[in-house]
Amino acid sequence: MNKLEMISALKKEADISKFEAAQIVQIFFDSMADSLSEGERIEIRGLCSFFVKKYKSYTGRNPKTGEKVRINPKKLPFFKCGKELRERVNN
Amino acid sequence: MALTKNKIVERVNDLGFTKKKSVDIVESLLEIIKDSLEKGEDVLVSGFGKFCVKNKSTRRGRNPATGADLTLDARKVVTFKCSGKLRERINR
Repeated sequence: MNKLEMISALKKEADISKFEAAQIVQIFFDSMADSLSEGERIEIRGLCSFFVKKYKSYTGRNPKTGEKVRINPKKLPFFKCGKELRERVNN
Repeated sequence: MALTKNKIVERVNDLGFTKKKSVDIVESLLEIIKDSLEKGEDVLVSGFGKFCVKNKSTRRGRNPATGADLTLDARKVVTFKCSGKLRERINR
């Protein structure tokens, strides 16, 4: 499912216009992206939670050539599946 | 403060929907996402990332507390792959 299909499904499910559904899907993912870019945690009960993990700079290796490469400090979002979702995918 | 469902509902509320309707809309959206993953279908959100359902096969494990051998059944897990755009924003 992609964003367009999600918008269509929400339009039908919530009985709202396509424009409104598009706005809401945008608000949902923008809110999450905004929080993560500020380093804030996300907790959506039943679906998932996210937190930003900070990695220090380290020396890695190119697995193909074995060459040493310096990896700069980075931040990555860490995803944790919610209980309800985890149980439902395994029904 | 963490971002919660409540804050998202408030932002939907700001569009002019009633409080109850806003709650219903957000619940519907969450249900659509969960339903898709439950069916084993990935959810792709351009500019954010993708939620994938992965099949894990049976493996032998060990109870770390007792050291007893046990078999972990095949299961499905949901994984998230961050989009390049989001990754860039987080690291800016």
